[in-house]
Amino acid sequence: MIYGLRFTYHVLRITTMSSRIIPIIRKEFIHIRRDFRTLIIIFFMPVFMLLMYGYAINMEIQNIDLAVIDHSNSPASRELVAAFQGSRFFTLTDFGGSESGIEKLFQQRQAKAALIIPPDFSRTINGPLPAAVQVLIDAGDSNTAQLIQNYINGVLQTYNAGRGVAAPFEVRTTIRYNPGLKSAYFFVPGLVALILMMISALLTSLTIAREKETGTMEQILVSPIRPIEIIIGKVVPYIFLAFADGILILLVARFWFNVPVIGDLVLILVACLLYVCVALAFGLLISTRARTQQVAMMGALMGTLLPTVMLSGFIFPIASMPKVLQLVTYLIPARYFLPVIRGVMLKGNTIFHLWAQIGALVLMGIVFLAISAKRFKMRLEV
Amino acid sequence: MSEYAVQTQNLGKRFGKFEAVKNLNLAVSAGEIFGFLGANGAGKTTAIRMLCGLLLPSSGAGQVAGFDIYKENEKIKQRIGYMSQKFSLYEDLTPAENIEFYGGVYGLKRQPLLKKRAALLEELGLVVHANMTTRSLPLGFKQRLALSCALLHDPSIVFLDEPTGGVDPEARRNFWDLIYHMAQQGKTIFVTTHYMDEAEYCNRVSIMYQGEIIALGSPQELKRKFGKASMQEVFIHLVDR
Repeated sequence: MIYGLRFTYHVLRITTMSSRIIPIIRKEFIHIRRDFRTLIIIFFMPVFMLLMYGYAINMEIQNIDLAVIDHSNSPASRELVAAFQGSRFFTLTDFGGSESGIEKLFQQRQAKAALIIPPDFSRTINGPLPAAVQVLIDAGDSNTAQLIQNYINGVLQTYNAGRGVAAPFEVRTTIRYNPGLKSAYFFVPGLVALILMMISALLTSLTIAREKETGTMEQILVSPIRPIEIIIGKVVPYIFLAFADGILILLVARFWFNVPVIGDLVLILVACLLYVCVALAFGLLISTRARTQQVAMMGALMGTLLPTVMLSGFIFPIASMPKVLQLVTYLIPARYFLPVIRGVMLKGNTIFHLWAQIGALVLMGIVFLAISAKRFKMRLEV
Repeated sequence: MSEYAVQTQNLGKRFGKFEAVKNLNLAVSAGEIFGFLGANGAGKTTAIRMLCGLLLPSSGAGQVAGFDIYKENEKIKQRIGYMSQKFSLYEDLTPAENIEFYGGVYGLKRQPLLKKRAALLEELGLVVHANMTTRSLPLGFKQRLALSCALLHDPSIVFLDEPTGGVDPEARRNFWDLIYHMAQQGKTIFVTTHYMDEAEYCNRVSIMYQGEIIALGSPQELKRKFGKASMQEVFIHLVDR
């Protein structure tokens, strides 16, 4: 009897709740349709950002200016030079000249690296001992210098292999999951996480701040509607839209940047939906503190952009951060989403590998929502 | 259950060190038009917000429609209507959509709501504007639309916070006709204003100054008490003191 009553009570509460939530949801959809700014944020920005940053953050360099000084001038040395000429990474420049001129070349930025082949090269290359060539690299930009060194080694390896040279030991490096070392594979999933986070947080924080700013929030609060109903009603439309956004940019990632999707598509979509909910809840949290749309926008952008870029493992590996920062990363939703999206797309991970990340996302979503709901209630004092 | 529609006992609100409202003592009967006068910043809006459940008081007690403002907020909200200074309409929604929204939020069922909406649009002369966004409506129309939205659930007590701000004199008078009409229906009207001429229209008024009520009574009583010919002079006299 008691249970029957309690059950009826809860059902009634839910149905009366839903009868009040529906006007809120309906109104939100009307707002979205009519607000040009929101439409741009939802449909244009994600794709635009993905394309822009996808191309901007390209860790490969091509057409590295390489100065060649060939003292040997032999068929063997010309063969070596040809190997570099044929590589897409290098543009050969300044044949001839002498060592002393190289520093000037570097300073005048006419070359980033130099290859100096000694006069006895054709003899040593056919002899028992390894032949040496000198490589000079302008390390003013240490990041590219490292890459240049790797590329040069790569070309040399190919050259050696072509000559059938048997070395004392062979180091065969196989690069798994991204054999072409295409930086897009690394960055684009990270960009997806960043963009979804920013857009979602922006959307919810703006919509609530707008009501506060125009004074309509006050009007709603005077009605019997409960804060949790306001929150749910306002967020539900954006769950649909942000998820659609997620699908949209995943399509761009897959078909424009050619990032493979090896693993289970359903898992990606579920994780995407979860992540979007967490991001929307984060936007809610920001909105509880913002009284105007401008503040909301700044809060949403600053709270998502920098932390996600720096602390989620997007560019900088978490393992190489100081311990203190590593602890902070546990608060960043993208930290959990990135392994999922990278893992499923590039490695074919399944739920068995990723249950911890998925669980963490669920937990985060609940916590953000709970804090927002509580704060919203307290800040009922408009 | 008291017979007063709105009643307070030493109601007060402080924000940090600033006392916005202190020692508010009111007793407004059902069907009364009660004017809440005072300059800007005197504490009128704060007081109304406490009575509507938008602000938690710092001290004192209050009852609206017989329900406690601390503990029985939800019951109060179902029985009161509120119209804010800003009119609180959604500018990018049409009048019809505004009505539909507020009706839904107050729990009006679909069919009755749609009927009411049609009737209201007719009554307010908004049929022509039906598909225009509220933003494009003249101020007088917005004002009456806002009032209608506040009355959709047929509340017994209506709080109007400076409802005639920025509106032309004729529209103001029409609005007060509406207020009389509502009072005749038995609704209690609690209206704040800083137009002293509107004070004359009320059954009773209170004048607030720096958070406190410095005068309370019918316009005639107050004019007689202070020997002034108009509420404006009464007000100036009190404030100068």
